[in-house]
Amino acid sequence: MASHRHSDPPSDPALRVKALESLLTEKKLLEPAALDALIELFETKIGPRNGAKVVARAWTDPTYKKRLLSDATAAIAELGYSGMQGEDMVVVENTPAVHNLLVCTLCSCYPWPVLGLPPVWYKAAPYRSRAVIEPRAVLKEFGLELPESIEIRIWDSTAELRYMVLPERPAGTEDLKEDALAKLVTRDAMIGTAKVAGPSR
Amino acid sequence: MNGIHDLGGMHGHGPINSEANEPIFHAPWERRVFGLLFTMFSGGYCNVDEFRHAIERMAPAEYLSTSYYEHWLHAMETLLIEKGVIQQRELASKWAALGKGQM
Repeated sequence: MASHRHSDPPSDPALRVKALESLLTEKKLLEPAALDALIELFETKIGPRNGAKVVARAWTDPTYKKRLLSDATAAIAELGYSGMQGEDMVVVENTPAVHNLLVCTLCSCYPWPVLGLPPVWYKAAPYRSRAVIEPRAVLKEFGLELPESIEIRIWDSTAELRYMVLPERPAGTEDLKEDALAKLVTRDAMIGTAKVAGPSR
Repeated sequence: MNGIHDLGGMHGHGPINSEANEPIFHAPWERRVFGLLFTMFSGGYCNVDEFRHAIERMAPAEYLSTSYYEHWLHAMETLLIEKGVIQQRELASKWAALGKGQM
């Protein structure tokens, strides 16, 4: 097409990545092995288990929760999580009256240090277009039906500001310790497309 | 400036297809594209705003018909060429050479 910036690239994206890596390596601008170490961090260390620990701490330590809701970036860093795409964090709390839901309508902004890389649906057109206009229908597709009496608040993430939902602690978990609580917390509960279910019996 | 990336409130995009137990990457090439982002930043070839803007400049039909990491690839090719780090013709020859190698 006329507006295209250059000759059409091959349809196989694997070939295109290989071409870029190969060119940059020939120019000594890239050390492919060094990239592996970075990628592996996101495959093994950075993911929603981190956010789950933040949530469990907030559920068990009221003073931590207070810090988390007033200065999330600093409170999350207390547990060792910080860095790229989490430089400025805001945590929003679900209550019996308010349910929070995160989206990035413009692209894919997501709090990497606590949730890892976003799932495909979070970055795709249906969720991004619909979350802000029909959140109840969207939540229903995730299996979450909320009564009309519950207010839904949508938080549209930006490159500068990333959100995380502090879900409600489920009933029946009064005797659980922090570690056991963290195991109950799912990625979707911290995005707001699910609630945290109680322990299975 | 608005554009095809400004999807909030748009109708007609259909149901949300969530995937149970979704892997972090769906193919080895996605993993490599992700890694190249660090090269783009650490090499000083762009900042995050330029990167996002390169995606937002995609032709609307291409934007909607390609996957997320293809958006990234598009941005990387665009910016590396615009910044003079690589030449368009070098990239095209590399595509051709690698394409032959795969036959």
